[in-house]
Amino acid sequence: MEEDRSLSPDRGGPTTHGEDTASKAYAACLQERVTVEGVVARLDAGGIYYRDLNTLLRALNNDGVKRIEVLNVYGQRYIGTGLEGNVEIEIHGTPGNDLGAFMRGPSLIVRGNAQDGCGNTMDEGRIVIHGHAGDIVGYSMRGGSIFIRDDVGYRVGIHMKEYQEKRPVIVVGGTAQDFLGEYMAGGVLVVLGLTLGDDVRHDARFVGTGMHGGKMYIRGEVEHLARDVDVVDLDEADRQVLLSLVGEFCDCFNLNIDEIVTQNFSKIIPISHRPYGNLYAL
Amino acid sequence: MKSYLEPEYVVDRDDDRCTRCKACVDQCTYEAHYYNPEDGRVYSRDEKCVNCHRCVVFCPTQAITIRRNSSAYAANYNWTQEAIRDVKKQAETGGVVITGMGCDKPHYTYWDRLLLNASQVTNPSIDPLREPMELRTFLGAKPDRLELDVEDEDVVLKTELPPQVCVETPILFSAVSYGATSFNVHEALARAAAEYGTLFNTGEGGLDWRLYKHGDHIIVQVASGRFGVHPDYLNIGAAIEIKIGQGAKPGIGGHLPGEKVGPEISRTRMIPVGTDAFSPAPQHDIYSIEDLRQLIYALKEATDYTKPVSVKIAAVHNSAAIASGMVRAGADIIALDGVRGGTGAAPKVCRDNVGIPIELALASVDQRLRDEGIRNKVSIIAGGGIRSSADAVKAIALGADAVYIATAALVAMGCTVCQRCYTGKCPWGIATTDPEISKRLDPDVAAKRLMNLLQAWSWEIKEMMGGMGINAIESLRGNRLHLRGVGLTDTELRVLGVKMAGE
Repeated sequence: MEEDRSLSPDRGGPTTHGEDTASKAYAACLQERVTVEGVVARLDAGGIYYRDLNTLLRALNNDGVKRIEVLNVYGQRYIGTGLEGNVEIEIHGTPGNDLGAFMRGPSLIVRGNAQDGCGNTMDEGRIVIHGHAGDIVGYSMRGGSIFIRDDVGYRVGIHMKEYQEKRPVIVVGGTAQDFLGEYMAGGVLVVLGLTLGDDVRHDARFVGTGMHGGKMYIRGEVEHLARDVDVVDLDEADRQVLLSLVGEFCDCFNLNIDEIVTQNFSKIIPISHRPYGNLYAL
Repeated sequence: MKSYLEPEYVVDRDDDRCTRCKACVDQCTYEAHYYNPEDGRVYSRDEKCVNCHRCVVFCPTQAITIRRNSSAYAANYNWTQEAIRDVKKQAETGGVVITGMGCDKPHYTYWDRLLLNASQVTNPSIDPLREPMELRTFLGAKPDRLELDVEDEDVVLKTELPPQVCVETPILFSAVSYGATSFNVHEALARAAAEYGTLFNTGEGGLDWRLYKHGDHIIVQVASGRFGVHPDYLNIGAAIEIKIGQGAKPGIGGHLPGEKVGPEISRTRMIPVGTDAFSPAPQHDIYSIEDLRQLIYALKEATDYTKPVSVKIAAVHNSAAIASGMVRAGADIIALDGVRGGTGAAPKVCRDNVGIPIELALASVDQRLRDEGIRNKVSIIAGGGIRSSADAVKAIALGADAVYIATAALVAMGCTVCQRCYTGKCPWGIATTDPEISKRLDPDVAAKRLMNLLQAWSWEIKEMMGGMGINAIESLRGNRLHLRGVGLTDTELRVLGVKMAGE
């Protein structure tokens, strides 16, 4: 378990007001890290405890700042978590787990890799990762979009949901690990396999296990599909959706769309809305 | 395949009393009664009867009696009627036997082996009718010490307290999800909690926006399916609860059957109408205590550290060690759910065989946290088998800050514990989302019944406290000297931390 109390005067246990000169100095140092020009802010996150970093981000967002550039991010968790509004945050470095969890609205751009739980239960907004992302990207995501340039970890898109026009999207440029789209109940998951070279063959096993809603578009071969899903050909509507999402992906990362969409895609859909309907003796 | 299953219950209708009003036909959602226009008489289909007693209560002439089918298999201590029935049912379906409500087996109810103390001679008992008696309870982490200051002759608290939530009685409504039950059930629970000054737990199916106005009296639950979890939901609650497990089915997930997922449930849970709602067995962002800490703090970040975060686990073998980890992970409240805790649907084999009684888990968790000097950092809510105010008082004496009740609350609203919640056809309008059947539960009447229950139990708790000479519930918390055991082994007494009666 982390023991990084030194940086936070008030985590977990009780604290007393005043007196604590160390915490005052720290508070002053925090303010020096931020420069605001009009609606644009710049924040040096090096060595700042996550809670303080996020408090600063929330304060800037509440003050109506529209764009925040965060430099020297070294694993701070929860950046953008629970944040609402339309602020754009550009993160330089490596943000920690639960990036943009429960987020509603903001746009996060990561110039580096993201860790686990990126977009966890995210409600609205956009996350763009110029690198890899870890496990459970978009866990129970309810809306918004996540674009990842390279590969992702395990159980990506697990339990994504949708309701009417509110439909979350994840586009992965590279490949994914096992249990992709597990328990998926809605939304769209696209995996492009661009990191796999010419022979686009995804190693992920149990793809779509427990899937009962939504759809996946996967470029190349998926060797190990779960028994709960079916592979079907794309129709014209699918191609339109794919074209639009891949177009957005290419815009994010400055790629040429023509080289991607011409390749072979499979559409993966659930066989049943009730995969375990016959499990029980009622 | 011909079914070898015989009717479990037999409907006896006194034809002399029956006025052919057909109330039973209308009331039975399982179609166990029918009217034959040819002879103008009402008949029964015994095999459909679930013994819910809806018809018995609504028959205006008390013409109906439901009895257990006396045509029993040969008496056998091992091969009970239930064991034989379950095997036959599985042989005919190949499926997992599903049931509702909590474990109905007679073993392991330690409440009935624990007795409370009362004052005689050496200290006075207190009359709660005429003297102040404090049931108010604050849930949340408490500081290790308090620093006070005097400013302008007033004593001022210098210590910054972690977020607390106040309840006027240590009885909270436990998690009952929207989807397992109807909107009217949620409304009744929320209104009763708000009016009495306690809390209602949403369960894992989210909260209908019409009930957001009661947010100060609602614990919003975040479970593995993350149904209905969004910033407004997290911010509206008085507290947030991470559901790791449930006493009725520790370690397994949940499937809300598609039949119960209508348009309103679909909107709240964000899944298509008619699909099964899956709650995965684990939360896939929690594989360790460290991960639990991560979700606790994600929720605290999302709500700006303004409210306590509770973590609910099923009572299992190593609950005490887990609870220690939960406190260190930053939980402000620990909810323990015992093996007799209720459910809308669970595999019977899990319900009746997995987990441990709440009494033992509660005693061992409280003791462990005391031994480690961290008991103050967390409030404990005990649930799963609280049937009366006496159980609640014993739970508090064993170490709980408050108790969770759900089965008792549903019984107050009309439930007769027939254990068929999973069918979605609850004739009492409780464990159903069918728009027509749900109307049977009038939220005004149900809220009143719940208020009455809270009032009655609170009075009874005050009477028992007064008898012990205690005038504040916090003086009873963990006060095991007020408990004595009967009919328990030395080991049981040791785990419970109580003496044998007479000692």
